[in-house]
Amino acid sequence: MKVAYYPGCSLHGTAKEYGQSVKAVSRALGIELNEIEDWSCCGATSAHATNFKLSVALPARDLIKAQTGAEKEVMVPCAACFNRLKSAQHHLEHDEVLRKEVEAIVGSEYKKESLEIRNPIDLIYNDIGLEELVAKVVKPLTGLKPVSYYGCLLLRPPKICNFDNYENPVLLDKMMSAIGAEVKPWSYKTDCCGGSFTISKTSIVNNMVDKLMRSAREAGANCVVVACPVCMANLDMRASAGLELPVFYFTELLALSFGLKESSDWWKLHGVDPSSLLKSLQLI
Amino acid sequence: MTFLEKVNERINEVPIQRCYHCRKCTAGCPMAEIMEYNPNKIIKMVQLGMEKAVLESKTIWLCASCETCVTRCPNEVDIARMMDVLREMALEGGSRIAEKNVVQFHESFLSSIKFGGRINEPLMMVLYKLKSGDLFSDVVMGVGMFLKGKLSLVSPRTKDISAVRNIFSKTKS
Repeated sequence: MKVAYYPGCSLHGTAKEYGQSVKAVSRALGIELNEIEDWSCCGATSAHATNFKLSVALPARDLIKAQTGAEKEVMVPCAACFNRLKSAQHHLEHDEVLRKEVEAIVGSEYKKESLEIRNPIDLIYNDIGLEELVAKVVKPLTGLKPVSYYGCLLLRPPKICNFDNYENPVLLDKMMSAIGAEVKPWSYKTDCCGGSFTISKTSIVNNMVDKLMRSAREAGANCVVVACPVCMANLDMRASAGLELPVFYFTELLALSFGLKESSDWWKLHGVDPSSLLKSLQLI
Repeated sequence: MTFLEKVNERINEVPIQRCYHCRKCTAGCPMAEIMEYNPNKIIKMVQLGMEKAVLESKTIWLCASCETCVTRCPNEVDIARMMDVLREMALEGGSRIAEKNVVQFHESFLSSIKFGGRINEPLMMVLYKLKSGDLFSDVVMGVGMFLKGKLSLVSPRTKDISAVRNIFSKTKS
């Protein structure tokens, strides 16, 4: 299958291991990614927290660019970008006056109902399917005990995100079980990590992350699996000494289980280096 | 127009007076315990027309936009969107900002987009540090990330930068 691709800013920066692993896994699963030409930032929290029109117009430029391509779907791996693109789409499709105004700002026409915005969790689970994932596994992740952490922006608000249960999501858990990990149940899958307050209100984020790490440990986890660059940055770098756990993007673990050799480049990019855990389980 | 009416007009969805104060928003709010007024109190204050107290509160800046409140509200009041509206009104009207660092972060983030069309994380952090005067926190972590190859001083920018800057100027920001 061929889809348009919006990497967003972090996948070229602090989340480069997410970007690289999304590309590696997509290649392995036969998903061809066609990057939106000359895309720009979605505006993230800073746009919607301060200027509503800007928060719709910035993603609108990217959606309009994607609409000029042949693909009917765009894959957006970053949870924050996914949320902002979906929200902008919601407003553009439901508010005629706003749509006209945004079209005038961006200088091109937005075509209604012409593009589906998809997160890779949804795309891989629903379009590729668990059977195909299992068939690709050469190294089952035996001994790895992750809790899956969705955070906020993949799932909320449900009327906009709309792809998994918003209080107890299960798709990541099912995918991780399929590749041989022993997923631990816990009650904090959709709790907030503090997001962008990591820069402006660091101590608040330290407390929120510590609470998540304590509960993950209580659940018997030896690592956390995420699908968001902000969740990764916070969980991987803001836990207090003694509470840290290795944190993985779910695509890194898929790549590891598929035996993709690129995966060895990613572990050193983590704040908490997962190599010793992976070595102790004879996974690398 | 009353404060309540102005807020409702901007939210442009379910009106705030549909809230019957069950406090479910506040029970699930990860920030409620550190807020000056919890989300339910802010709703009540908007209903009562307490414009200055609301717009100058810490609460509007300490909302993390996690969207738990609107997800759980039995009356579909979009409390997260209300917080966006209140922040926007506070900035437009020149209200006293109770949490300057949060606004300085947003300004740095948006300046970085205006500069390159995409966020360059090191540039954005330098802008924030200059604005906030918080020069030394996380420097060791930043150097560590740089050495790991996680921070790139130069990253690809949007070529048609005038299109992006045009969006900023036309949305007046």
